[in-house]
Amino acid sequence: MQNQANFVVFEPPKWYNNRMKKIEASYVKAQIEKLITECLIRPDESVTSALANIKTDNETESLAAALIVENNKIAANKRMYCCQDTGQAVFFVKLGDEVFCPGLATAIDEATRTAYGSARKSVADPFTRINTGDNTPAIIETELVPGDTLEISFLAKGAGSENMSRLYMLTPASGIDGVIDCVVDAVEKGGRNACPPLVVGVGIGGVTETACMLSKRALLRPVGEHNARADIAKIEEQISKRVNALGIGVAALGGKLTALGVHIETAPTHIGMLPVAVNLQCHSLRHGTIVF
Amino acid sequence: MTSKLVSLNLPLTEEQIRSLTVGTFVSLNGTVYTARDQAHKRMAAAIEHGENLPFDINGAAIYYCGPTPALPGQIIGSCGPTTSTRMDTYTPLLIEHGLKVMIGKGVRGDATVNAVKAHGAVYLSAIGGAAALYQSKVTSCELIAYPDLGCEAIYKLTVKDFPAVVSVI
Repeated sequence: MQNQANFVVFEPPKWYNNRMKKIEASYVKAQIEKLITECLIRPDESVTSALANIKTDNETESLAAALIVENNKIAANKRMYCCQDTGQAVFFVKLGDEVFCPGLATAIDEATRTAYGSARKSVADPFTRINTGDNTPAIIETELVPGDTLEISFLAKGAGSENMSRLYMLTPASGIDGVIDCVVDAVEKGGRNACPPLVVGVGIGGVTETACMLSKRALLRPVGEHNARADIAKIEEQISKRVNALGIGVAALGGKLTALGVHIETAPTHIGMLPVAVNLQCHSLRHGTIVF
Repeated sequence: MTSKLVSLNLPLTEEQIRSLTVGTFVSLNGTVYTARDQAHKRMAAAIEHGENLPFDINGAAIYYCGPTPALPGQIIGSCGPTTSTRMDTYTPLLIEHGLKVMIGKGVRGDATVNAVKAHGAVYLSAIGGAAALYQSKVTSCELIAYPDLGCEAIYKLTVKDFPAVVSVI
């Protein structure tokens, strides 16, 4: 306690303690474990359903879609991983400022370690490439929000699609057309390697990391659901049309269905900036949310 | 579903490869070796140091794949293709040493495309993300090199009715 003089120990008054909602970390851990296990076996049902109902006159695309539908059935029936890239575990935590959950950070890593026990070990040191051996550490994005709920979303992010993500630092003069062009550019350059059909997450505004975080958070939205703002929803439509006209198609074998949805999330940005991040999501969209 | 596809038995002769058409959905039978980033790096280093490769690469097929561990009762876990572009750094060298067939997902770089064309090799696209489906197409699996690499080790697989599309010849 060498620096004791530099801080004051806060003794919370009783009314303060009563106001905080306590959530047991062990309960959170058990729930997240189950969530991860289910997500890694079954991708988002809306993707499978879109592929099962694909309307295309391209025989190769139609067969590729049927093979992915068959894959997802086999995975569900045999309780095995739908994709061998079980990804890096990404969590979006919305932590209410009236929530008290001691041990939460450890619980998330522990849940990852346990649930990924029979999954692929895909996390390594960036330089030595030595595997951490248990898929930890999890990536945890935390957002502090008012209230007494704790919301945790899980997203398994594979390298194939994540590697194709991009950040564009546009200027305000680029405007809406500039934004549309760079999202189309990202899909055109990277979409073939990202296991289409894709969900295209777009984060616009804030600073660099805001845009990147929003582009990934956008992937959690129900597939194809538009932004609540009508002007943004219109831009999503425009991008969707252009992206699906690229001809990339299912499994990048050529065809009509390149993107299942374009999801834009925005945040106010600096008067001199227009950051645009594009995060591509493969068809193995493995995500889920629990509210505590 | 895959029964109507053109069936190809590995290894392929140069004549068979020359007769293929880009865009054809084929069904593969025979031996493939899994290798991804780190295994490629080691194989390229072995060639540079004049050492033997862990398998005879002459006429061989490499499947860019890092499977999940096998579940109880299975011979291999989920085993779909990984992105081929990442192997482009090493691929021309392997093709020069006899590699004939590559199976992965996504596009190839110019150097790989040129080497494929110059040496009569072929690149086939598998369906990315169809790992449980491909698992059902593997009839034998043997670990043959680099066990310390975990899922990136080299496995010798026998595949049957393995769907893929001719992409570069």
